[in-house]
Amino acid sequence: MTEPPNPIATVIWTFALMSLFAVGGANSAIPEMHRVAVDVRHWMTDKQFADVFAISQLSPGPNVLIVTLIGYSVAGIAGAVAATVAMCGPTALLAYYVSRFLERSRDARWPAIVQAALVPLSIGLMAASALILARTSDQSWIAALITIAAAALAFATRLNPFWMLLAGGILGFAGVV
Amino acid sequence: MPPDSQPAAAPAPDVPAPNPPPQPGLFELFIAFAKMSLAGFGGVLVWARRGIVEQHRWMTAEEFNETFALCHFLPGPNIVNLSVVFGSRFRGIAGGLAAFAGLVGPPMVIATVLAALYAHYGEIDALRRTLAGVACAAVGLLVAVVLKMMMPLIKRRDVIGLLILVAVFVAIGFIRWPLQIVLLVAIPLSLAITIFARRRGKA
Repeated sequence: MTEPPNPIATVIWTFALMSLFAVGGANSAIPEMHRVAVDVRHWMTDKQFADVFAISQLSPGPNVLIVTLIGYSVAGIAGAVAATVAMCGPTALLAYYVSRFLERSRDARWPAIVQAALVPLSIGLMAASALILARTSDQSWIAALITIAAAALAFATRLNPFWMLLAGGILGFAGVV
Repeated sequence: MPPDSQPAAAPAPDVPAPNPPPQPGLFELFIAFAKMSLAGFGGVLVWARRGIVEQHRWMTAEEFNETFALCHFLPGPNIVNLSVVFGSRFRGIAGGLAAFAGLVGPPMVIATVLAALYAHYGEIDALRRTLAGVACAAVGLLVAVVLKMMMPLIKRRDVIGLLILVAVFVAIGFIRWPLQIVLLVAIPLSLAITIFARRRGKA
C-alpha cells in the first residue's frame, strides 16, 4: 500500500478499492467515504461532507454521484471525473464478466445464496451511513424532526423524494433548522 | 475472467431493422439511460424499470429482476452495473459503454456544476442554511430506504440476519472500523450461516 503523492492518483486508488467493497451500492460505502475523506485524508470537514451528500441527493442521477463531488473538492474537474470512473469502472467490469459467465453456466443458485448473505450486511452499512450523516446534520431537535418526518413520508407514501428535499431546503432557508 | 473464449463477436446482428424484439442501437442506449438517470431523484432504479420494461420493452419484468439481482449482489453502484450489463447484452462492450455514459455522463455534468457553485458560494449564509435543511431531509430518505429493506427480514423473523445487520451497523457506525476489515470478517461469516441454514432447511 504505497501512497501515491499525486492527489488524483490517490483519488483513483481510494475509490477503485472502495468500490469493490461497496456491498449493496454506493450508499453502503458512505461511512467509508466519510472515514477516508474527513478523518484520514482531511479532504473536507464533517459539515462539508454533509453538504456534499445533500447536493448529491439534490442532483438527479445515481447515488454514486457523491464521489463525483468528493473528487471535485479534491482536484477540480479532473478529480471529479477520476473519482467517478474509479468508483464505477472496476465493478462494472466485474459485473460484465460475471453476467457473461452466468449466461453460459445457467446455474442460478449461488447468486441467490450470495445475495441472501449480503442483504443484511448492506442494510447494516446503509444504517451506519444514516447514523453518520445524522450526527452531523441533526444538530437541533427541529433538524431531527425534519429527518424523522422525511423518513416517515418516504416510508409510508410514494411521494417523489424531491419534494421532501425541497421542503427541507425551504425550512432551512427560512432559518428553522 | 473467462479464459476459454475470446469476447464472442458482437452478439447483435448488424441489421438495424426494428424487428419485433427491438434491438436498441448505441445512440438509443445512451439516450434511454440519460433520460432515466435525469428523471431519477434519490435513486434511478424505478425509472430504469419503467424505461426498460414498460416503455421500450427491451426486457420482460422477470429478465429485469434477474439482471438487477445480479447487479445488486455484486459490489459497486448497482444501477451503474446494470447499465453496463444491459448495454453489453445488446451491443457488446460498446453498448455497455454507451449505456454507462448515458447514465453517468449528464448527471455528472450537473453534479460538477453544483459542486463548482458550492465551492464558490458555499460560505453564503442563506445557502448554508438551505443545504443544512436539505441534508436533514436527505438523511430521512436514507432512513426510509433502510427501513423498507429491513421489512422482509422482520417479517421472516430472520433473527440471524438482523443480528448480522446490527453487528455491521455497530462496527461501522459506532466503532468506525474500516470497511474492508469488517467485510472480510462479515462476508464469510454471513455466507457460512446462510449456507448452513439452507442445508438445515432442506434436511
